[in-house]
Amino acid sequence: MLARYLLQRLLAAIPTLFILLTLAFFMIRLAPGGPFDGDKALPPEIQANLDAKYHLDEPLGKQYLRYLGMIVRGDLGPSFQYREYSVTELIAQGFPVSLKLGFSALAVALLFGVAIGSIAAWRQNTRTDYLLMGAAMTGIAIPNFVLAPLLVLGVAITLGWLPAGGWNDGAWRNMILPVTALALPYMAYVARLTRGSMVETLGSDYIRTARAKGLPEWQVLIKHALKPAILPVVSYLGPAAAAIITGSVVIEQIFGLPGMGRYFVQGALNRDYTLVMGVVVFIGVLIVVFNLIVDLLYALIDPRIRY
Amino acid sequence: MLSISPRFLPGLRTGVLLSSLFAIALLSGCSGGTAAFDDDAATSAQQRWNLPELRFTEDGLPHPDILAERQVLHRGNGSQPQGLDPHLTEGVPDANVQRDLFEGLVSAGPDVVLGPGVAERWEISEDGTRYVFHLRRDAKWSNGEAMTSADWVYSFRRVLDPQTGSKYAMILSPIVNARQVMGGELPPEQIGVTALDDYTLEIRLNAPAPYFLELLTHNSAYPVHRASVERHGDAHARAGNLVSNGAYRLEELVMQSHIRLVRNPHYYDNHRTIIDEVYFYPIEDQAAELKRYRANELDMTYEVPNAQFDWISANLGDELTVSTYFGTYYFGFNTSRAPFDDIRVRQALALTIDRDIITDKLTRFGEVPAYSFTPPGVPGFDYASVQPEWAGWSQQQRNEYARELLAQAGFDEANPLALEIRYNTHQNHKKIALGIAAMWKQALGVRATLINEEFRVFLANRRQRSLTQVVRIGWIGDYLDPTNFLDLYHSQNAQNDVAYEEPRYDALLAQAAVTADPAQRMRVLEEAERTLLGDYPIAPIYTYVSKRVVKPYVRGWQPNASDHHRSRHMYILKH
Repeated sequence: MLARYLLQRLLAAIPTLFILLTLAFFMIRLAPGGPFDGDKALPPEIQANLDAKYHLDEPLGKQYLRYLGMIVRGDLGPSFQYREYSVTELIAQGFPVSLKLGFSALAVALLFGVAIGSIAAWRQNTRTDYLLMGAAMTGIAIPNFVLAPLLVLGVAITLGWLPAGGWNDGAWRNMILPVTALALPYMAYVARLTRGSMVETLGSDYIRTARAKGLPEWQVLIKHALKPAILPVVSYLGPAAAAIITGSVVIEQIFGLPGMGRYFVQGALNRDYTLVMGVVVFIGVLIVVFNLIVDLLYALIDPRIRY
Repeated sequence: MLSISPRFLPGLRTGVLLSSLFAIALLSGCSGGTAAFDDDAATSAQQRWNLPELRFTEDGLPHPDILAERQVLHRGNGSQPQGLDPHLTEGVPDANVQRDLFEGLVSAGPDVVLGPGVAERWEISEDGTRYVFHLRRDAKWSNGEAMTSADWVYSFRRVLDPQTGSKYAMILSPIVNARQVMGGELPPEQIGVTALDDYTLEIRLNAPAPYFLELLTHNSAYPVHRASVERHGDAHARAGNLVSNGAYRLEELVMQSHIRLVRNPHYYDNHRTIIDEVYFYPIEDQAAELKRYRANELDMTYEVPNAQFDWISANLGDELTVSTYFGTYYFGFNTSRAPFDDIRVRQALALTIDRDIITDKLTRFGEVPAYSFTPPGVPGFDYASVQPEWAGWSQQQRNEYARELLAQAGFDEANPLALEIRYNTHQNHKKIALGIAAMWKQALGVRATLINEEFRVFLANRRQRSLTQVVRIGWIGDYLDPTNFLDLYHSQNAQNDVAYEEPRYDALLAQAAVTADPAQRMRVLEEAERTLLGDYPIAPIYTYVSKRVVKPYVRGWQPNASDHHRSRHMYILKH
């Protein structure tokens, strides 16, 4: 049953990805300027050779078909900007960094967010609740391009405890600040989500029953209330995971991390057609996969859902 | 000039640096204490960092006692280089790394005075069109193979071959048949570069080009290792594949993270190299770069953020170095469109730009108000003779004259001039455009609209010349010669984005190209510059500066107009 469901979902994703790819392909080419334009004007012969080498001299329709053919074979083509590298290589180098960073941030956000939200709900309308939710609102409101430099200034420069930037093969010392900066807004959001649904769950009949049975409070909370209460968090996880892994452009810039987020921005600015397309396709696939995983998780947690 | 000689060092942080080729006044005495090259600052840094007194060995190398144990240099380097193949890249960050990895026939010292590179000496024919280079017999590739003139013939043919797709090869156009080869009319074998024997190379030029030796220090004139190129193709310049010939070899390249170079033991001058390892970090965000510098993760930055001038001069004043850069920031008027086809309108607009306010209040790092297109730094070029008469006037006088001009052109309060200033999206460009719009409004009643565009959209529009009116342009020269600037406004130049067409100007450039006597050639170029400035297709605003912070324990380098800093000249003091 599950296998059939998976297959259905994956097949349904193909037209979505196809539309995404087509739109992206024509939109980036509609943007004025080409990949080899620069402050210096190129001699026509060299321009022609470059265009021919990358098939930019062909009609757009033909280029599109050629690109589709490449995608089907799993080839994302060479980067125009980084001519010594293929797009696949660039993504293969950047993705593990983004993945490690993103998952660490997501784990931190989940762990602390759920804990904070639960405590706030448990102590609903007390000073603890207001304090925690106030902090969470602040966390959501402060953009990470403000938060990250502040963290660097305080922890790395004034205190000198941690490096101000660099990846260093993902050493934990280099991870702490970017992960914190990346996790905080998500953590705050998760905390608010958890609190909301936890408040609702704690008010339901079966919790009253559990309490009436004389169960210790921690058992009521963790064993009975938490599981249904984090369902909204789980459904938020899919898009959040995709966004956190691919959208850490700002954090990558500020901390000088070699992730793939900035290829998206740089690729578009440089009119690096193949790089932009490669990243778009890759992120598209990633979002489809994450949403699928979330749906499967749902079935695992919520006994009412079966595939 | 290749070695670090003690002569360079005491002068490192003094006010004016005079060298035989380039006489560039560094900006020590600028208002507000812009840069700190004064000896007091150097002394205080020396004390604060507890640096040793400088001492040198008999060969002019720093004494081992004053050197730090770990000679590892960490350099901020702007953006991720496009690659390291010297024939394919065009970026400044790329060239910075290549300058450590490769060496041309000619090289330069820390003050960018030219000196021997792989060629230990050369002869130039009387008419200035034939160069014979005598190559070092001990020059080797980083894999230990000997370098011969065949390597150079191959490299020059490769860079000029249109199949290679070099975006910068046109810089080598003075070489015989280079243009025809780039244009696909002749095979690459026809270029004027010939191996006379294994260690003698002849290069023939179309016409004398006094700046040709300097061109040979450019990355387009670096050698590439034929066997590696043939084996690895486009990937030959990647870590693990790259065979280079400079003081360092490529050890590691992690995209968007760092590039690590290590000492090349086969380099002929290796015994004089002190820095063992060099890290280049691509950090685009200048504020982030400054933070990493303050956290002691970088020894020198690529730049410093404009907006933080006050903080930097107050807190890192003695680590900040600023020097004029061979580049001009200017506005162009699209002369193909009314009313900019009227010279009076263009001149009025050019006159009312208060350059002092822009450099003192807006850019602030010691940029120099510009009254010529060719920036300061060309030896033998008489700048005073090319500047317009009004350069000596007060701003008020200029404004009054400009009002008259504009009135003659038919614009007054009842019929004010309305125009668009177009620039690529950037905080600094916006600030300057706003400032100039205000000056024009105040002095001339001009109603200016500001339009910002993403860089490539802007370039495309500027190049088409149909949409644009007033445009921002910046140009940094590749070699210290006026033609590097003046050629842009030849009527046939693809970069003539202001549609300037003046047969007299074209004729002067053509005349300069065949004038063998260097002094006479400069006179012709001065006349060309006067013609250009007098027609006002462009309004020079200021001369760029290069600006960065450098830890006081990094020595052996000097601020210079080209902003070239080879790691092999540097060393790290005990600290």
